[in-house]
Amino acid sequence: MAKEKNISWDYSPAPENTSHVKVKERYELYIDGKFVKPESAKYFDTVSPSTGKKLASIAYGNEKDVDKAVKAARNAYVNIWSKMSGAERGKYIYRIARLMQERARELSVIESMDSGKAIRESRDVDVPLACNHFFYYAGWADKLEYAFPNRKVESLGVAGQIIPWNFPILMAAWKIAPALATGNTIVIKPAETTPLTAMKLAEIIHDSGLPAGVVNVVTGYGDTGAAIVNHNDVDKIAFTGSTGVGKIIQKAIAGTKKKATLELGGKSANIILEDAPLDQAVEGIINGIFFNQGHVCCAGSRLLVQESVADKVIRKLKRRMETLVVGDPLDKNTDVGAINSKEQLDIIKKYVSIGLEEGATMHQISCNIPKNGYFFAPTIFTDVAQSSTIVKEEIFGPVLTVQTFRTVDEAIQKANNSEYGLAAGVWTDKGSRIFNLTTKLNAGVIWANTYNKFDPASPFGGYKESGFGREGGLHGLNAYVKLR
Amino acid sequence: MERLEVLKTYKIYIGGKFPRTESGRYYTPENKKGEQLGNICLASRKDVRNAVVAARKAFGGWAERSAFNRSQILYRIAEMLEGRKAQFIDELIFQGVSHKEANSEVEMSIDRLIYYAGWCDKINQVMGSVNPVSSSHFNFSVTEPTGVVGVVPDGSSSLIGLISLVAPVIASGNTCVVLSSEAMPLCSITFAEALATSDVPGGVVNILTGMRNEMLQPLATHMDVNAMAYAGNKTEEIKMLDESSALNLKRINKYQENWMNRDMQDLYFITDFCEVKTTWHPIENIGGATSNY
Amino acid sequence: MNRDKGMRKDFFFDPSNSPVVDKVGVEERVSRFQKRSIKKESKLQGLKMILNMIDLTTLEGKDTEGKVKQMCFKAKHLHDSYPGLPTVAAVCVYPSMVKTAKLAVRGSGVKVASVSTAFPSGQAPLEVKLTDTKFAVESGADEIDMVISRGRFLKGDYNFVYDEIAAIKNACGKARLKVILETGELVTLDDVRKASDIAIHAGADFIKTSTGKISPAATLQVTYTMLEAIRDYYDETGIMIGMKPAGGISNSKLALHNLVMVKEVLGSMWLSNEWFRFGASSLANDVLMQILKTETGIYQSGDYFSID
Repeated sequence: MAKEKNISWDYSPAPENTSHVKVKERYELYIDGKFVKPESAKYFDTVSPSTGKKLASIAYGNEKDVDKAVKAARNAYVNIWSKMSGAERGKYIYRIARLMQERARELSVIESMDSGKAIRESRDVDVPLACNHFFYYAGWADKLEYAFPNRKVESLGVAGQIIPWNFPILMAAWKIAPALATGNTIVIKPAETTPLTAMKLAEIIHDSGLPAGVVNVVTGYGDTGAAIVNHNDVDKIAFTGSTGVGKIIQKAIAGTKKKATLELGGKSANIILEDAPLDQAVEGIINGIFFNQGHVCCAGSRLLVQESVADKVIRKLKRRMETLVVGDPLDKNTDVGAINSKEQLDIIKKYVSIGLEEGATMHQISCNIPKNGYFFAPTIFTDVAQSSTIVKEEIFGPVLTVQTFRTVDEAIQKANNSEYGLAAGVWTDKGSRIFNLTTKLNAGVIWANTYNKFDPASPFGGYKESGFGREGGLHGLNAYVKLR
Repeated sequence: MERLEVLKTYKIYIGGKFPRTESGRYYTPENKKGEQLGNICLASRKDVRNAVVAARKAFGGWAERSAFNRSQILYRIAEMLEGRKAQFIDELIFQGVSHKEANSEVEMSIDRLIYYAGWCDKINQVMGSVNPVSSSHFNFSVTEPTGVVGVVPDGSSSLIGLISLVAPVIASGNTCVVLSSEAMPLCSITFAEALATSDVPGGVVNILTGMRNEMLQPLATHMDVNAMAYAGNKTEEIKMLDESSALNLKRINKYQENWMNRDMQDLYFITDFCEVKTTWHPIENIGGATSNY
Repeated sequence: MNRDKGMRKDFFFDPSNSPVVDKVGVEERVSRFQKRSIKKESKLQGLKMILNMIDLTTLEGKDTEGKVKQMCFKAKHLHDSYPGLPTVAAVCVYPSMVKTAKLAVRGSGVKVASVSTAFPSGQAPLEVKLTDTKFAVESGADEIDMVISRGRFLKGDYNFVYDEIAAIKNACGKARLKVILETGELVTLDDVRKASDIAIHAGADFIKTSTGKISPAATLQVTYTMLEAIRDYYDETGIMIGMKPAGGISNSKLALHNLVMVKEVLGSMWLSNEWFRFGASSLANDVLMQILKTETGIYQSGDYFSID
């Protein structure tokens, strides 16, 4: 084996240019078409999770601010937005989409700075999808009667929207675009760790000339969100986040007229059958769990692989993991960026130690993990069972559990044996088998021979405790209308 | 000599069988004239539990029936009702409904079943979609039944309120546990008897008689119930239902409709108890061959 | 390394067991390679590796000794004004030109590869193909680039294809055998994978995408699929097989992405001309221009780099 020498050829750092990006020292609330100081006069820091350094001060909105925002939204709804024709509404939304496209790279860079996600993803996935979402829904604004045959469509009023930190601008787009298209006005609260792109979007919305009060952005923590949920004059709550908080919201609005859509957690199974295109399946596993550091509600966090190919798949998977580049989110070669916050890193570490305590076998990639900032090495656990904590509970990090199965029935049972039902992956070359599985899996999104694909035209949302309502596509309109 | 009439024993309906309540209890509702309607089973929490178990067991099979087959079965239910029309009318009258109203309620119930029978194999043609995604994937959405549904008619009618909720719920493949009208339970059990002879698999519809305030809470909080169909306007009940949703993200659908309105039926009553499932699959694009060859 | 010279004894090989390949998935994987940003030192190192992996090729009906000699001179002297550059790996010619080429590159370390087996169509009897191969080997070829019988392959006659490769391997003696699949004629990636497996198991030292006469040739998708076949064979047997994409790789960026793919699929062990080659005629100058640009920061003109 004399010829087997290793040539060392590493990728030099390829940092994204940040010189054109402007982050202000301080961001105010966006209420009634103006950037205003918070009533509390309090600000909090948003930090870059890859360096731990402060990026900007962010206004801490309280109940009074939320009230102002809701009033502005109500006023805009009654006097302007609900009276405007769908076609005109659509044109505003198109305009927002275009302005976002023009500033796409800036948005991507800020997103990566603030959230820790790799620039490759914010640039190629988050931001383009966010723009496209506005484009898609813009076109619906004057065509709503086609979406609901035999009914008259009416808007709801003021929508309170609370979005998570894993896809900050994309989730803002998922919430804002359909709500505007259907004629609602908005009070939206971005997550406390990732407010920057929402504020940039507020600037874009401001620049678009959208009437004051139609979209209001109130930054803050959980209590700010609670103020939105509990406000009497909010007609609709749209929330994306943990199942725990989703249940609190559901309880809080019990007995009120508020309509809710909740897009919550998941523990989705990615099922590899023996006849699958294995190399592409391995890629699907990687995409499924390491995309966005595993901070994905529909992450394929439970790998179910048929025993006859398990060794092969695990071998291929481990090798593929070794090629993942973990590090600076702004480096164009980074595959896995920073964990969003210290809190989340602690949660991931806690689950990993539970996994080890419960006797699972851990494998992590060997590359160097940056010392500063919040990083976690892509990790897989074998020797786990359906009853293992790390198999049952959502970790929301780059941690995969690997179980094997023998028959298709066993795979379906194991996949469905969960309180969640957000997504599932199925890998097999046989068409009839795909349909057997996709029909029987209890999940709102099923990826067959692919994983973690998103599109504005494609409805997204879960079964069971993964929430209710759909976002995206024709079905996503339903969340923001009442039918007469 | 006049023949002695044989009185009917009203029992609850669980898993296609007619057991008595496990509690052995009964109640005797009276009509407006003060006549006793009969000894009606006073179902317990445990009956609720048993009914949910039966509904869950029946779910997979019912949901996987072909839509066409479900359609035929719903039509068959209507046929059975038509055959028992006189009995339903008698029961309605006995429970205090005028002859004319009883007649139209039964006819409306039968027609409503036929309406929903026709929907079974059309739901996905109207509500499903092929979604034109930008990447090289085939992407489509279909509706699927949510699962086990708790059906709570408002209790002001004996038959139409129940039919108006049960039919859309089961049309898409859900199974259900129904709380019959406390004051007017007779038609629900006769309806169960029609179901038992109309090819509906056991467990698809389970019907319990008894006290609503005793059964509603265990049904609404049951972790294996996926959705609730509630008709009524009782603030306390609605709050309790909404709160119970926080346990397992139960889908709560609330109605205040006049079911005797002929138009009070449509596809959206069906899709209220459906989930949208979206499936992706790659489309291989090979070589230079295009579809305009 | 215990490899039989000539026919390998792979009794359990069955081409119908070749893995299926999902093309859309491959396209996604490949786009990830293309998104690798190769800058500065890693770019310079990569470009020099590429030069050293090139099989400088002329395969034309109008080839003459004169043309071949000039190409061989270029192979040895890529750009003398810039010191420290490697030579290309080999020159690739028709059998009739092997003697000329061999003489022209003598002492330089540059190998001589010869196409054979009725290149490029392969539509000739085995006897002719064997004679063709033996002639090239006896003329001094270090490497033989054979073509498979695509017609027989597409007909499902896998045993024929396998036996033919094995027979040619036998005739190669010490020369290393590259097996050209002509993937542009196989069309699907499933067939690319199957043909790769057949070639590897039948005795190929290298598998090669294309003759250069058919388009599409060495697409990243095809090369990736073949690399996975090499990877799987290595996992099973511990035996390394070489890879040669040929045709259509005319610029540095594409060549760098090929290297990225080799590194990430097979590993750094394959990053030498012992195991990886580019079959190309115009690639070398583009790489040279890129090297100069990377070193000096100044964009280059073709007039300063010798053709052929």
